[in-house]
Amino acid sequence: MAEKKIKIIVAKPGLDGHDRGAKLLSRIFAEAGMEVVYTGLRQTPEMIAETALQEDADVVGLSSLSGVHNYFFPMVVKTLKGKGLDDVLIVGGGIIPKEDIPDLKKAGIAEIFGPGTKTDEIVDFIKKNVRS
Amino acid sequence: MTIDYAEEVLKGSPRAVARVITWLENDDERAKACMEKLYPHTGNSYVVGITGAPGAGKSSLTDKLTHHFRSNGLTVGIVAVDPTSPFTGGAILGDRVRMSELTNDPGVFIRSMATRGFLGGLSQATGNVVKVMQASGKDIILIETVGVGQDEVEVMRIADTTCLILVPGLGDVIQSMKAGVMEIADIYAINKSDLPGAHQLCAEVTNRLSQDSYFKKKAWTPPIIQTVATEDIGISELLDSITSHRNHQVETGSLLEKRRERTRQETLQMIHYELFRIIKKHLSENGRMDKMIEAILSNKENPYSLMEQIVSECIRLPGKS
Repeated sequence: MAEKKIKIIVAKPGLDGHDRGAKLLSRIFAEAGMEVVYTGLRQTPEMIAETALQEDADVVGLSSLSGVHNYFFPMVVKTLKGKGLDDVLIVGGGIIPKEDIPDLKKAGIAEIFGPGTKTDEIVDFIKKNVRS
Repeated sequence: MTIDYAEEVLKGSPRAVARVITWLENDDERAKACMEKLYPHTGNSYVVGITGAPGAGKSSLTDKLTHHFRSNGLTVGIVAVDPTSPFTGGAILGDRVRMSELTNDPGVFIRSMATRGFLGGLSQATGNVVKVMQASGKDIILIETVGVGQDEVEVMRIADTTCLILVPGLGDVIQSMKAGVMEIADIYAINKSDLPGAHQLCAEVTNRLSQDSYFKKKAWTPPIIQTVATEDIGISELLDSITSHRNHQVETGSLLEKRRERTRQETLQMIHYELFRIIKKHLSENGRMDKMIEAILSNKENPYSLMEQIVSECIRLPGKS
């Protein structure tokens, strides 16, 4: 059997048009040996979940800089689970106030990475927590 | 309860299709049993290859073509290949960005794949991935290759119709004279044809098609279609050309001939691959491979006689000593 690669979807939910961070992280994940599907901007939870399903993704990375995380991130989790994708690791990042993080985690986001996070830390977290 | 993935694929379950494709990509042993069951259900759909230089507009054209196929009531499977880094093994698969609107259409299944070191513009598993999509009931399969240069022609071995996407501004007439990818097209699409140089490029390709004896002796003369993918210009003409080429191949019997040759190559390749796998495994036991390499490097052995020795060790054909 060939070496298993981690497949990660990097998605921007909602109308947020800032994807410098998402693009940079895509390259960082690729550099870490992952296969990165970048979806582009303005994705609905349904689009993100369907992409994860068709791509058989191990990880979904959500990026939000426009303050819609409390609405969109849990919606993505719910839509993924609705499609039976319950072993997909979901992580988030962007401009997310500290006080929002506990609820997001409760909703099923495994970890939230804010500005200034060392990129190694994100890669390590994914490698440690992804389904085997 | 264990899921019968082959059965689920035949029912059209996108989840099962996605999982079996992953197995194929990873060379997982579960794939083989599945493919055995799926194989009788393949070959019913029409396979179209989309190839061309990076940034030529392959993804955008694939997106627009799919919309047109869908409005004709046909379901579509898309395999979009992007390159794997030779240094890190990672890949950015960005073809979906142009196909966002197709994501929620249940009549479309898109899979992005990395080449994982396979040369020729596709990945090792692409041929089998096409088969899984066929077995799941998709009418049309579109294969989008990596951005190609001059010599990546694998797609023509898998596709029933190969479309080469050209764009103006990538060089003078010498480029359109060359061998390789310029010769594999059943249809030429000149995309971004609103840019300067499109007419000249069109004239260059027309000249080559009318002058080269290779093209002249073929029963099918590839049409040249001018498109602007982002504006949906020329797409229905491109679709019509694909249909004409399909009809031509069905009428002349060349489609059957193409598929016969493809089956021959695929079968040989599968045998080749399996033999290679068995012998490699055999050699890696007890560190024999490493010892062989050392012996070669220290001039005690040469790879040619070792090759003969190992092959005769592993393969005994009846009637041969």
